[in-house]
Amino acid sequence: MADLSIDIRALVKRHGATLAVDHVSLQISRGEFFSLLGPSGAGKTSLLRMLAGFETPDAGDILIDGRSMAGVPPNRRPVNLVFQSYALFPHMTVAENVAFGLEMQRVPHGEIVERVGATLELVRLSDKRDRLPGQLSGGEQQRVALARALVNRPAVVLLDEPLAALDQQLRQQMQTELKTIQAQVGLTFVCVTHHQEEALALSDRLAVMQQGRVMQVGRPEDLYERPENLFVARFVGVSNEISGTLADVQAGEGTLMPSDVSPSRGIRVAVPAGLQSGIPVVMTVRPERIRITPGHVADGGANCLQGVVETMRYIGSEWQGVVRIGPSVRWTIHASNAASGSRPVAVGAPVSLQWNSADGVVIPLT
Amino acid sequence: MRGQGIWLRGISGFGMAFLYLPIIVLVVFSFNASRLSATWQGFSWHWYGVLWHDEALLAAAANSLWVAALSTSLVVLLGVPAAMGLERLRGRGRQALDTIFLLPLVLPEVMMGVALLLFFVMIQWPLSLATVVVGHAAFNLPVVIVMVRARLQKLDPRLEEAASDLGASAWQTFYRVTWPLVRPAVLGAALLAFTVSLDDFIVTFFVAGPGATTLPLRVYSMIKSGLSPEINALSSVLVLASMGLVGLSFVFQRR
Repeated sequence: MADLSIDIRALVKRHGATLAVDHVSLQISRGEFFSLLGPSGAGKTSLLRMLAGFETPDAGDILIDGRSMAGVPPNRRPVNLVFQSYALFPHMTVAENVAFGLEMQRVPHGEIVERVGATLELVRLSDKRDRLPGQLSGGEQQRVALARALVNRPAVVLLDEPLAALDQQLRQQMQTELKTIQAQVGLTFVCVTHHQEEALALSDRLAVMQQGRVMQVGRPEDLYERPENLFVARFVGVSNEISGTLADVQAGEGTLMPSDVSPSRGIRVAVPAGLQSGIPVVMTVRPERIRITPGHVADGGANCLQGVVETMRYIGSEWQGVVRIGPSVRWTIHASNAASGSRPVAVGAPVSLQWNSADGVVIPLT
Repeated sequence: MRGQGIWLRGISGFGMAFLYLPIIVLVVFSFNASRLSATWQGFSWHWYGVLWHDEALLAAAANSLWVAALSTSLVVLLGVPAAMGLERLRGRGRQALDTIFLLPLVLPEVMMGVALLLFFVMIQWPLSLATVVVGHAAFNLPVVIVMVRARLQKLDPRLEEAASDLGASAWQTFYRVTWPLVRPAVLGAALLAFTVSLDDFIVTFFVAGPGATTLPLRVYSMIKSGLSPEINALSSVLVLASMGLVGLSFVFQRR
């Protein structure tokens, strides 16, 4: 990566006996919207706080614009954090909050006025500049917090669960807004979130974290379509799984011999490089890649499993159902409601589930 | 329910009367034209005039104001950093320090007076107005610490982090963020400390040197030589001043 904004090298942080951050290395390019996604306790907040300088790494280093941040206090770092609770100064007006960082940098007064005005324009809060934070709605406070960081034009903007405190509708609106603003200012954004949909929608690339380790880094579509491990498969979207062993591996294709369901024959799968016959694997398929048909169909080239519908619910844009395909194996399917009046199948009905072999992702069990 | 309401009102009315009736009587009789405190002989400002020309009393009042102002400044200068320090402290030491700082609040004042007196004698500091200042600071310090800490506890610790993140040094963070937010509590605490100092008798009685007469001490010695409506007038002024200061203190606390 030619234009590196952040270079995290083998970073370690211990909280007592537990490793909050376990040898994490990440490279983030300039202007990228990068997210750290993971459940609570994954170490993403510790990582963010180390980037901001509020926590000190036990080992490893962080380089921002090529400069080591070791020993650099928060007030000397070229980063600004948007706090989850916003942390707006309650005794200062919107404009005073936004001007704070520039005043600390001793920017000339005229330039402060100009930049604060332009930034408030950007987050569409020009008419609220003389209000106190307590007089603003949650969404407006969020935008002030963002403006207070953006106005300084830092090398990196850090966001801690930026939309967590907003209600669902506002959240989606702010997602779009956040993305638009980031594209306009062209700064590097690093965002911590536990909300997978939000991370997919906002990020250019993201890292999925679990128990202090990075499980996978990539573009949203890489993570969703080609998860490298079961944690990522399950955390980013819904994962329908069959375990078994590989057989007949040849030229990137092979057969999965299932251990927990009994199809007429093996399941055809695409096999990633480096996997050989005989090793135990799990195959995962996304719910919307599965076609559901009533009764038993003769398969036409695609993989086919027989099952019984357990639940089926209508959510408008699609039908979401659970189909039992083995004694203890249940798959979730999302059937599009594209054709009007198409109620797929009733609960209790026997069905066939089909999918293309390319949509089954094989993950080795280690 | 209705009967209960009447009872409750009756009881609280009695409580209020118990607290405030003596004060009302005191204020009313300060306007009595009679030389004797007990019988009403018509309205007069006379005793306020007498009060205004009582040199010894005015000197005592001046002493009291000085002592209150100096001891209040002292407790604010000591109490605010102490409160901030205690708030930041983590671990086992905190509980112990907490107790040590707050103990004087529940200590009997007489004990406090005796202890201070013995202390001053021991370090051979001659009793004077200065010892009164120190004595008042000693019992007001926990009050200020408690009130300032109550405010600090309500403060979001992320605010200081945010200031630091935006480039503020430790001093700038204090000056621009922490101080403006705790200032109302500090002002409220200072007013309360000022009032308590102004009114204090017991500790003052023990540690005041010869000639270092404060207003409460002067009132006490005046009563010993017979009750005069002048004392009523003086007390009325003090009641009004105290109520004003305490009221102001509440206004600042509310902010």
